[in-house]
Amino acid sequence: MFRRFTLIVLSLSFLALFAPHRSVAQENPYIVAYDHYMEEPRSLEVEYFSTFGTQRGANDFHAFWTEFEYGATAWWTTEFYLSGQSTFHDSTVFTGFRWENRFRPLKAEHFINPVFYVEYEDINGADKILKEIEGHDVESDFAESNPDLKQEHNHELELKLLLSSTYKGWNFVENTLAAKNLANEPWEFGYALGASRPLALKGSSTYCNFCRQNFIVGAELYGGLGDRYSFGLHETSHYFAPVAAWNMPNGWTLRLSPGFGLNDNSHRLLLRWGISREFSGFGNAIARLLGVGR
Amino acid sequence: MKSQIAFLTIAAGFLTASITLAQRNISSDAGAAPAANNTRTHESVLTKAPEKYRAKPNPLATDPTAAAAGKILFEQHCVECHGQAAEGSHWGPSLRREEVQNAQPGAIFWLVTNGVVRHGMPVWSKLPEPQRWQIISYIKSLGLPAVMPDGKAELSPAPNPQPATAVSPRR
Repeated sequence: MFRRFTLIVLSLSFLALFAPHRSVAQENPYIVAYDHYMEEPRSLEVEYFSTFGTQRGANDFHAFWTEFEYGATAWWTTEFYLSGQSTFHDSTVFTGFRWENRFRPLKAEHFINPVFYVEYEDINGADKILKEIEGHDVESDFAESNPDLKQEHNHELELKLLLSSTYKGWNFVENTLAAKNLANEPWEFGYALGASRPLALKGSSTYCNFCRQNFIVGAELYGGLGDRYSFGLHETSHYFAPVAAWNMPNGWTLRLSPGFGLNDNSHRLLLRWGISREFSGFGNAIARLLGVGR
Repeated sequence: MKSQIAFLTIAAGFLTASITLAQRNISSDAGAAPAANNTRTHESVLTKAPEKYRAKPNPLATDPTAAAAGKILFEQHCVECHGQAAEGSHWGPSLRREEVQNAQPGAIFWLVTNGVVRHGMPVWSKLPEPQRWQIISYIKSLGLPAVMPDGKAELSPAPNPQPATAVSPRR
C-alpha cells in the first residue's frame, strides 16, 4: 500500500510542480501499440495507467503504472516506468521498473515510418500490467498468490520494431517484439496492431473541450507469438481492445480501453484507463536552471 | 528495498543526464547565435521542399475561419519554440521573417509535415492535414513585422484573425 501511495504522490508532485508549463497533447489512444511519433523535444509527459483484469480460478487484480516520458531530441524519446498491482483478497506489491528508449532512424516522413524500440525491464513475477504480451504468456500464469509470484525476478531486454503510417487522418501501426529474459531464457515474440482516427480532422475556431477533433478513437489487437523453440499461436493469448482518447485543451489526456480476451488462454476482460499530462516547458526550465537557453 | 532505491537513483541520474545532454546538443548546434543558426537551418530546409509540395495551394485559403482555428492550434503546439507572437526563441526561428512569409504555402506544409528532425523540430504529421493547413493560414496572416525608422523590425503582438467566441479559454 505504501508503495502504491508513493507512486501516486510522486506522479502528482510532478504534475503540481510543472503545472504552469503545459501544452495540448495530440496523443493517439493506444495503450499497448506504439505509433512513430516521438515526444516533442524537451517535453515531459507524466502518465498514470490502470488495468483491471479478471482472473479465472483466482482473484481479479488491479495493476497500475506511472510513466515519465521525455523527448530528449526530435529523434529520441526516453521513458521510465514504475509499476505495481493489487490482487483482490491478497496484497498490493511494487513490481519493478522499466526503462524504454525509442529511436527514429529516418529524417522525413514516409508512407511507412519505422522506429526502433529498446527496453530494459527489472520486474518480478507479480507484474500484471500486461503492457505487452509475449511468448506463451497466458492467464494461468497469474493464478498464484503475490508472495509466490514475487519470488521470481526477471531482468529482460525487449526489442521492438514499430511501423506506423498516417493517411487521410487515419493512423495505422504494426509492432513486432522480441524479448529476452537475460537469465538464459529463449527469445519470445509478440505483436500489436492498431488503427485510430480523430472524430474530426479540422480544428475548431473556438476554444472548446468537447470539439470532435479532441477525441480520437480506434482499436488495437495484440498477443503473443511463442518463443524461439515453439513459434506460433499455440498456447498464446490474444486481445482485442477498442481504444479512445480525449485530448483536453488544458493539457490533460484521458484514455479508456476495454480489452477482450480472444481465446481460452486470455483474461476475459482487461479494462484499462489512463490519465496523462504533457509539460512542454520541462526541458526548457531545466535548461534555464543550468544556464542554457536564456 | 536497497536495490529499488539504487535503481531509482540510477534512473533519476539518467534522466538528468539525458536532459543535460539534449540541452548541450542544442547549444552546440546553435553556437553563439542559436536563434540565428536555427533560422538559417529551417529556412534552408524550406528551399529544399519538393516541387510537388511547393505547387500545392492551401485548400483552406478561402476559409474565413482557418486562420482563427490555426491560431488556437499554434498556441497549443508551436508557441513553446516559436514564441507567442511567432517571433522565434532560442529553440525555434521567427516565422515572421521574409523567408517564411514569402514562402509558398506548400513549402511550409512540407516542412511542418516532415519537421527538421536532426535540428530539433519534430514531424507534425500527427496533426491531420486540415489542421496543418489551418496553422499555415495563421502563419501567413501574421505578415511581415513593421519596419521602424531606424531600420529595425518591430514585432507587433500576434493578431487575432477572428475573435473567437470563447467557450473556455485555455490560458
